Amino acid sequence: MPSSPTAEIPAFDRAGFRAVVDQLVAPYADEFDRTQEIPAATLREVAKYGWWGAALPASVGGAGMDMVTLGELHEEVGRGCSSLRSLLTVHTMVTAMVHRWGRPELARRWLPEMASGAALGAFCLTEPEAGSDAGSVTMTAVRRGDDYILDGVKVWITGGQSADVLLVIARAERGLTAFLVEADREGVERIPIDGILGTRASMLAEIRFRGCRVPAQAVLGREGAGLMLATTALDLGRYSVAAGCVGILQACLEACVTHTSRRRQGGRLLREHQLVRRMVTDMVAQLSAARLLVRHSGELKDRGDPATVMATFVAKYVASTSAMRVATDAVQLHGASGCGPGSPVGRYLRDAKVMEIIEGSSEIQQLTIADDAYRLGGERLAAAAFGGRPS
Amino acid sequence: MSAGSTPAGARAAIRGFIMDKFPNAELADDQDIFTLGFVNSLFAMELVLFVERHFEMQVSNEELDIANFRSVDAMAALVERARLAA
Repeated sequence: MPSSPTAEIPAFDRAGFRAVVDQLVAPYADEFDRTQEIPAATLREVAKYGWWGAALPASVGGAGMDMVTLGELHEEVGRGCSSLRSLLTVHTMVTAMVHRWGRPELARRWLPEMASGAALGAFCLTEPEAGSDAGSVTMTAVRRGDDYILDGVKVWITGGQSADVLLVIARAERGLTAFLVEADREGVERIPIDGILGTRASMLAEIRFRGCRVPAQAVLGREGAGLMLATTALDLGRYSVAAGCVGILQACLEACVTHTSRRRQGGRLLREHQLVRRMVTDMVAQLSAARLLVRHSGELKDRGDPATVMATFVAKYVASTSAMRVATDAVQLHGASGCGPGSPVGRYLRDAKVMEIIEGSSEIQQLTIADDAYRLGGERLAAAAFGGRPS
Repeated sequence: MSAGSTPAGARAAIRGFIMDKFPNAELADDQDIFTLGFVNSLFAMELVLFVERHFEMQVSNEELDIANFRSVDAMAALVERARLAA
């Protein structure tokens, strides 16, 4: 891959993010998908632009981005490569939790390296029998003197193959507890998961913990606070995934506008056919709506407004389901070439399907959003969703 | 600490936030909102955000205990401890 385009760091705005993605990520995304790997060199290269420490403060080497800007970064990265965006998502979740809930010595040990990208994080919650029902985690954390002994299995761990540090949720005596564990610690075994449908280069792993001894100082927050902490991390992950879905929508639209402006059938460019124009219009509408919902969610996060929790649910639901519909239309518009090997729109479709499942499946989103609607009533929901108070 | 955040004012603000989310509920200040079927982990997160934003405080590691968010009284006590520690 080429080295950085210039020695100058682009601005922390959409145009700057886009420039880096277009130079260092997008041209190689199909190769990443095919090889099911993002090279370490790429991960180091993008570190130069502050991506890994985007939301961390400058005091620990981060870029100090606000949530709206972070959303724009994850959108642009998602436009280029959903696999890389997935690694960015989980790493951002872990850094945020260490920054907020880690003991000072833990934060000092890890945050500078994580901010620079020298150490990458992965979030270990899901188990073979605990997916949507995160509360049914069975991995154990048994206290032994000043340590805990971790035993259990985590699966479908994004970045699990390449991570240096793992945020692990396990069940201790007082309940679910979050631990920060070095990935190369004795008692940790990582088994790569290959051949996944989408985000194929997100380097998933099954991670087995057998008699893994960690010090009590590795606890984030306190024993028993793991579910609340995981919920906070998943909210950030949901926001990032929603933004990444906006990136998929943008990528699909650009691909379709380009393709239909070049290809002729029946003596006319595809773009001149009305049914094609209708599909492109629907793409624009869904992209615009999803982007605004993600932005609104980010603005609420920047204000610390509790309304961000449900706003993020709505944003992720709309963005992921829209990405799936739009990517389906994108493949349709590309015809056979959309189904061929190495087809970018084919990759967008496979990645979009994964987005409908992770960070809260669409069905979980539907149940949660409907519960909120019935609890509040329609009028109150409209006011609450956009920052107002019901009368 | 936000203006008017006396213990009574804190209770009123906390109760107001909960009732905004659950307008049809009947809630005493000492009632465990978890056992009333109100609260899941998402609402617990909203409670943390509300307390931190409204009372201009940060919930510490030591106070990150679901017991501190079980009732209006518990949250008011959390806020009062933060106020005294400030």
